[in-house]
Amino acid sequence: MSATDSAARPASAPAGRRLTTARAIAEGIAQEMERDPGVVVLGEDVGRYGGIFGATGGLFDRFGAERVIDTPISETAFIGLGVGAAVEGMRPVVELMFADFFGVAMDQIYNHMAKIHFESGGNVRVPMVLMMAAGGGYSDAGQHSQCLWGTFAHLPGMKVVVPSNPADAKGLMISAIRDDNPVVYAFHKGIMGLPWMAKNPRSAGPVPQEPYETPIGKAAVAREGRDATVVTVSLSVHHALDVADQMAAEHGVELEVIDLRSLVPLDRGTVLSSVAKTGRLLIVDEDYQSFGMSGEIVATVAETDPGLLRMPARRVAVPDVPIPYARPLEQAVLPGPERIRAAARNLVGV
Amino acid sequence: MDDKSRLELYRVMVLIRAYEEAILREYHADKKPAFDIGAGLIPGEMHLSAGQEPVAAGVCAHLRAGDAVTAPHRPHHIAIAHGVDLDKMTAEIFGREGGLGHGRGGHMHLFDPAVHFSCSGIIAEGLPPALGQAFAFQRRGSDAVAVAFTGEGAANQGAFHESLNLAALWKLPVVFVVEDNDWAISVPREASTAIASNAARAAAYGIPGQRIEDNDVEAVYTAAGDAVARARAGGGPALLEVHTVRLWGHFEGDPQAYRPDLAEVPGRDPIPAYEARLTEAGVLDAAAVSAIRAEAAARVAKAVEFAKASPVPAPETARDYVFA
Repeated sequence: MSATDSAARPASAPAGRRLTTARAIAEGIAQEMERDPGVVVLGEDVGRYGGIFGATGGLFDRFGAERVIDTPISETAFIGLGVGAAVEGMRPVVELMFADFFGVAMDQIYNHMAKIHFESGGNVRVPMVLMMAAGGGYSDAGQHSQCLWGTFAHLPGMKVVVPSNPADAKGLMISAIRDDNPVVYAFHKGIMGLPWMAKNPRSAGPVPQEPYETPIGKAAVAREGRDATVVTVSLSVHHALDVADQMAAEHGVELEVIDLRSLVPLDRGTVLSSVAKTGRLLIVDEDYQSFGMSGEIVATVAETDPGLLRMPARRVAVPDVPIPYARPLEQAVLPGPERIRAAARNLVGV
Repeated sequence: MDDKSRLELYRVMVLIRAYEEAILREYHADKKPAFDIGAGLIPGEMHLSAGQEPVAAGVCAHLRAGDAVTAPHRPHHIAIAHGVDLDKMTAEIFGREGGLGHGRGGHMHLFDPAVHFSCSGIIAEGLPPALGQAFAFQRRGSDAVAVAFTGEGAANQGAFHESLNLAALWKLPVVFVVEDNDWAISVPREASTAIASNAARAAAYGIPGQRIEDNDVEAVYTAAGDAVARARAGGGPALLEVHTVRLWGHFEGDPQAYRPDLAEVPGRDPIPAYEARLTEAGVLDAAAVSAIRAEAAARVAKAVEFAKASPVPAPETARDYVFA
């Protein structure tokens, strides 16, 4: 079984056409812009540049400056503007260039975007997408390499999606734009297929031409296996799949890899079903380890039935340190294939 | 100004004052003898706006159906002047199921989409969403405008400056209104602000800025009329600062020991002053004053009655409304 045949892909998908994740996201946005005049794109360098990570490539030429709008470096103002426009019925897609930048605009995100629906007793909706690049691995140091999706997921009122491959990236973007709730859409730089960054081969893959939704809140079994469950998201899905293929070949061990695809809502059922089958659980997360996604998965199992686990659960995440600059240091803290393999071998005893 | 408009300003100010006095009464009624901020029919922080009526009345007089308003943590006067549903607003303040937000928001988080009204309890952070509403109006080709109210303390926040720049850059139909009540809780403006008038800050963004002194409702009305008309006509944003007065504490329970001007505060009450002015001009007489006060009292009493009759939210519904 290969990763690109994941359950993510709609049955109708033609196998031929391949896009990078960046192009798949841009295509999803473009198709929604065609369908709904209320969809606009806002952010720094989303216009002529096409987004620093390519997520808005080609949109400016196609839709013009009226709908693909470069903003000043004023994240509070333009994210808040997105909130107000969404309240009035538009569907803005707002790019916060790096997830790390949330610190300059978090009030608009967690106190406004995420709370207005609740505080209004359901009378006001905020259908906006806040997309952002996440992740490290290329020596961008402590303020430009964080994932931070667990922080958004911790705060109530926003959905959080984290695609791992081009087909899901497009379908999740379309779902996010159509969703009546605010959706944080975090893409890892390492899956975008950028020409200026080392990339996993699965950064490009088959993507259906027509618009389609990938459901938010439904995990995908990226690889089936009987011996241990690896729960992860985004770039780490690919590392986990690489390790799984290698361990199958070398040790005859079959890892099951669960791609959560969204943290909010969290598909606890798929995790529990898999753990019920394998009895072994490894969580891989490029976000900080403590108080985050990995702990939430362990808690889900512990609160449901700790007896599902035949071995203590393992976590491979960023230990609670800022992301270091020097390459050997950064590689030491990221959940790369070596750390995943070591943890998986320990878990299954090979 | 014609007599009808002047009477309407007075009427709105009287209604606001009657409302705030009623909330003040209700708020404290069951917090005796020991004040417990979380107790009573109206729990929590309470920021009342007595004294600041001229700002809300003078600005909102120019707004029509479809125009948007965002208010800060002290929102009642603005909500009333903009025509927020008074019954549902009061029920929200009482934390009732029949409130604007079914009791989920409270007095700092009032949302009435029927009149495009919203609040933010975070200083200056109501401005960016107002830009978005103005942006939507502009894109839709409508001549609706958005008005963002905030306090003088907020003019030192980044959100204030980011919003002014972006609104000016995109010529958004938005009017920024700064209520200068001299005090950012306990910090006087001279201890927080490098310049004497926040209106001067408009020049930094190439937009008109005007400061109105003396809490003068008619001067507010005139200045706001120009600013709103300009925004409506596509001329872009403007900034108004009104020197107003906070007659009561920052919040109920604020001892105000920091405030040397307390003795002179009652003399700065804008309502008796405007009443005298209109009486002198022959626009008002004692009978009209009584009638307007009685009408306001009756309207407020009805709202309080509505709130008290509304059911309290059931605890098992506490998780509702997180998502649409």
